[in-house]
Amino acid sequence: MENGSVRLSLSGITKTYSSKQGGDFTAVQDITLDVRDNEFLVILGPGHCGKTVMLNMIAGLEQASSGAIAMDGKRLEGGSDSISMVFQKLALMPWKTVMQNVEIGLQFRGEDKKTRREAARRYIELVGLAGFENAYPRQLSGGMKQRVGIARAYATNPEILLMDEPFGQLDAQTRYAMEEEIIRIWQQEKRTIIFVTSNIEEAIFLGDRIVLLSECPARVKEIYTVDAPRPRDQISSEFLSLRELISNNTDLAI
Amino acid sequence: MSETNIQDTRPVKVEVKNLTKYFGDLHVLDDVSFNIKKGEFVCVVGPTGCGKTTFLNLLTKIYTPTSGDLYIDGEPADPHKHNLAFVFQEPSAYPWLTVEQNLGFGLDIKRLSAAEKKKRVDNIIRILGLEKFRSSYPHQLSVSTEQRIIIGRAFALNPDLLLMDEPYGQMDIKLRYYLEDEVIRLWKETGSTVVFITHNIEEACYLAERVLILTNKPATIKEELRIDLPRPRRFADPEFIKVRKHITDQIKWW
Repeated sequence: MENGSVRLSLSGITKTYSSKQGGDFTAVQDITLDVRDNEFLVILGPGHCGKTVMLNMIAGLEQASSGAIAMDGKRLEGGSDSISMVFQKLALMPWKTVMQNVEIGLQFRGEDKKTRREAARRYIELVGLAGFENAYPRQLSGGMKQRVGIARAYATNPEILLMDEPFGQLDAQTRYAMEEEIIRIWQQEKRTIIFVTSNIEEAIFLGDRIVLLSECPARVKEIYTVDAPRPRDQISSEFLSLRELISNNTDLAI
Repeated sequence: MSETNIQDTRPVKVEVKNLTKYFGDLHVLDDVSFNIKKGEFVCVVGPTGCGKTTFLNLLTKIYTPTSGDLYIDGEPADPHKHNLAFVFQEPSAYPWLTVEQNLGFGLDIKRLSAAEKKKRVDNIIRILGLEKFRSSYPHQLSVSTEQRIIIGRAFALNPDLLLMDEPYGQMDIKLRYYLEDEVIRLWKETGSTVVFITHNIEEACYLAERVLILTNKPATIKEELRIDLPRPRRFADPEFIKVRKHITDQIKWW
């Protein structure tokens, strides 16, 4: 893969929470990394290790205690309209249809109905939900709900998509199906993606590069480049060797 | 594959005969028959939505079958006489009891002597390595530790049948490996008869002495296969991969 230009950079990012009883808790410690244009970057780490905090800081939902985040060379405080997020627990509005859920970001931006509908329709089709525009979330399976979340994040036409363990609530098989889907979607509509997971197999299947974090406080342990062509085969010997390598380097957060 | 001529000479503990379940017109299970040997570790896998949970609920007698019978030790299964323990995906430790009290809870109902109860609880605490958490309360522990206590409590009962429904579903992968090793330790040390249901084919291969593969609804047993690989099993081992691939090919819908 050719190295694209740097879209997002984190420099010495640290996040510490103070508690009323005294004693500080550091979730993220001194993280420095670059995110390249249109790459599928995976952030991998044990459960509850600060990965979500990191994404929240990029999205502007939380503020770093120290360090800087920059997008296209410009310092980022409080997120950006060019950054969208997909959550694990999607919070789709149950009283709204798929179409209404997907267009919501555009609605907040004040786009007119025609523009919104066209954009939403396009991304609903992209994620493979054409025909379900008028369905309600309760009528959808777990995998389908996640697709709505992905369409919703794409609908505002972001340049960077943040995904916080979007498949974490899905069963193992549906997860495999969605991993193939997200690669298909990304290849069709290339964006820079930062994808958080605690699943090593998923990380290797998806990522151009994998940033391995330690357990709390999260530091960068190592960055792996995955050169294998897609679609990747989870039971090929190259895949399994890399999986063993990364697994031996991953902390156990019991 | 794991072809073997070695007979399993353990006595039959559980016998399921022609189990069929309809919910109204919905035909969920169709003429399911199989045996489980005393002390055996059986995994049940099938495609997403095939009726595994209904299957489990029939074994626990939460539902009554439309037709068919369940026998334990040669007698019709009877919740008053037979001891069934279950572990579900969400941990359910009693918040008002300590770890030690949670582990011993089912044993009070069994009316064991105090000495026997202490012996079993101490044994489980030792296997789980939770000595220093003996007097802690569930809210002081991580979610994974809480689930380990639930599992320990189930094994402490020495049940006629221990049923587990995707107990490790949402945990990160390194933790899963650890917990799967732990459940094998608990099983070996207590000699319990276990039926473990999962969507995760690799997990089934890692744990099972025998795998029952279900079809889609109406679910029947497509195949039973023994896995004779030595423990601890390795996910990158070619023999392991062969079994995993075979089961995946039987189930794959994605």
